[in-house]
Amino acid sequence: MTDFTIRVDQNKYLPAGSQEVHGIITVEASGPVERAAVAEAAEVIIVDTSGSMSYGKIADARKAAQAAVDTLRDGVHFAVISGNHQAEVIFPGNGQLVPADPGSRHAAKDAISRLRAEGGTAMGRWLRRAADLFSAHQVNHPGAIRHAILLTDGKNEHEPAPEFDANLTYCSGKFVCDCRGVGTDWVVAEVRRIGSTLLGSVMDVRRPEELEADFRAMTEAAMGKTVADVALRVWTPRAATLNFVKQVSPALEDLTGRRTEVDALTGDYPTGAWGGESREYHVSVRVPAGTVGQEMRAGLVKLVLPGTGEVLASGNILAQWSDDPVQSTRINPRVAHYTGQQELASLIQEGLQARNDGDLETATARLGKARGIAEKAGNEETAKLLDKVVDVDPETGTARLKRTVDKADEIALDTRSVRTVRMRKDPEN
Amino acid sequence: MVSGSCPRCGTRVLAGEAFCEGCGHDLSSAAGVACTACGSASVGADGYCENCGMLQPTGRDHVEIELETSAAVSDRGLRHSRNEDAMALLTLGPASVAAVVCDGVSTSPRPDEASQAAADLAAATIAKRLADGDDAETATREAVRLAADAVAASARPGEDSPACTYVSAVVAGRHVTVGWVGDSRAYWLGSQCALLTTDDATPGTHMLTAWLGADAGEVVPHIRTFTTDGPGVVLLCSDGLWNYYPEPEALAATALNETPLAAARRLVRLANEAGGHDNITVAVIPFGQGERADATVAFPKERSD
Repeated sequence: MTDFTIRVDQNKYLPAGSQEVHGIITVEASGPVERAAVAEAAEVIIVDTSGSMSYGKIADARKAAQAAVDTLRDGVHFAVISGNHQAEVIFPGNGQLVPADPGSRHAAKDAISRLRAEGGTAMGRWLRRAADLFSAHQVNHPGAIRHAILLTDGKNEHEPAPEFDANLTYCSGKFVCDCRGVGTDWVVAEVRRIGSTLLGSVMDVRRPEELEADFRAMTEAAMGKTVADVALRVWTPRAATLNFVKQVSPALEDLTGRRTEVDALTGDYPTGAWGGESREYHVSVRVPAGTVGQEMRAGLVKLVLPGTGEVLASGNILAQWSDDPVQSTRINPRVAHYTGQQELASLIQEGLQARNDGDLETATARLGKARGIAEKAGNEETAKLLDKVVDVDPETGTARLKRTVDKADEIALDTRSVRTVRMRKDPEN
Repeated sequence: MVSGSCPRCGTRVLAGEAFCEGCGHDLSSAAGVACTACGSASVGADGYCENCGMLQPTGRDHVEIELETSAAVSDRGLRHSRNEDAMALLTLGPASVAAVVCDGVSTSPRPDEASQAAADLAAATIAKRLADGDDAETATREAVRLAADAVAASARPGEDSPACTYVSAVVAGRHVTVGWVGDSRAYWLGSQCALLTTDDATPGTHMLTAWLGADAGEVVPHIRTFTTDGPGVVLLCSDGLWNYYPEPEALAATALNETPLAAARRLVRLANEAGGHDNITVAVIPFGQGERADATVAFPKERSD
């Protein structure tokens, strides 16, 4: 079994009368790598085959899907879906997941080689088809890791918004889906909604020929998962309010609205499947003001398997009121770092939105400020991408939007705005 | 402190009650400890209330000692993160009690250990010396000497010396022997009241001029014995109480109308309500009970030294 640990970074000291408590929860999962092979897994590969994929892209998509199939370990149950305005399970033929072996891999790759680009785009339908495959599989394989890869190159044009919403809701909790957008015609916000709902990553792939390596890496990562359906269980005191629960590393994801009530004081937040990895969460609680000297538990955070109730790790978020300003005014460096990372993402997203809306003043202010934060916090990749959108005079700090911006750079900046970096200097390590 | 309900039968119980009036359930047992903040019977094994989250007093945060005729309470207060006061209370025989209160000096290292060691050793020394036939003053002097040696010996190379104050009372028959070093106090509370000690501190400040510790030089305790004609209470306390209530009359108004434990608890609560800026320790030893007939003069008279 994978070993989980929870560490809480916070300054528990609050000035008298203060009520806001913040903690960064670091969850680390580790365990013998060879045991990973024991975990049962199911994988569905979803390839966009809409008309816009023709002219080269479809050929690279085929290669990428084939690479993914090659990366599946023996025994992993899998299927391949071709998606346009509808969804077709092109492998296997019987509408069920089949175990990977040399024969099934060969047959799947053969089916993939015959993929053709034609028709529209209705991603919700592709996902619903995958959800049904996973649900049927889960009947006989409870506890299996359920993971999908979704590749798209375009806007979700052929599915009415209410249907898309309903399909996403239908899929939520049934599997984890990592999403990839290729080219410059897909809509970051749309694909981000899929990734958020299905607890997966979203990345841009600038050139179709990069898909193959990316699919292989994604499948390898999925094969490394060992525990499915892990939840963050958060208890807060009766008179307290849970302000938010956010994943802040490796990427920002607001989980606050994803609460499943356990009891009046406790809720579960889904985190999907885990392999050997580390993730960080920012929890904020508003507690009733205490008197100086009093200590309270403002939150108890556990990592649990909701199905069995098994607790994998736990940690306390504390509050202690102090009249010593040296204690109470100190900001925990990790809380400060991830507060900065959240601000950076907001500035980039608001700046890009303002730019598209023609509000150049707001866009310049937001993106210029983002450039400064990115450099200070160590977001080197983000800083480089910002440099393609905005010029900042290193002497005066004056920002100026670039007149022409490559659409691929804009998409990359938007997509990667939610990806955070870890603290550069960690005083405790 | 508010009321809660019995974890076994649900009957309403008041904070501080030891047993449920409905079913007799032991409310102090670990199984159903009521939260000191919200009163719900849901304190977890780790000391936090599972309802309101408040950390419960543990260890020395709040300590109570109750003997047949006397009681003492020590409390962390509201502003310090730990209780550096310590106390000891022993029954030596019929109508005979020894009490010690020590206040660890916050700016010294491990003051909580120093005060506890001093209080424990002093009380044991007094008991042994009296049992061996020494008088109360000799026993007290020996107790201070050994306690001072123990605190001095606890100093470690490269750090400042641990330090604490000391006040003790040996109450036997119609006599009370008080010994002290530092600014912890002894009061006589009766129909007339008096402060029995003089602080070893620069007046108007908390700068100690004497204490137990390796850096204190030779420790010379003040030792005085008083006799009284009438009933009253000997009260020992740390400055966590007397900072707020220095006047003996104000202390008497509380201490004389309650059982010793209730009086000590109430004085601790008053100090906390006044700000609780320091650790608070109060020992209450009723004195001269059963001699009311000749209680015409209750003011203690100091024996000639």
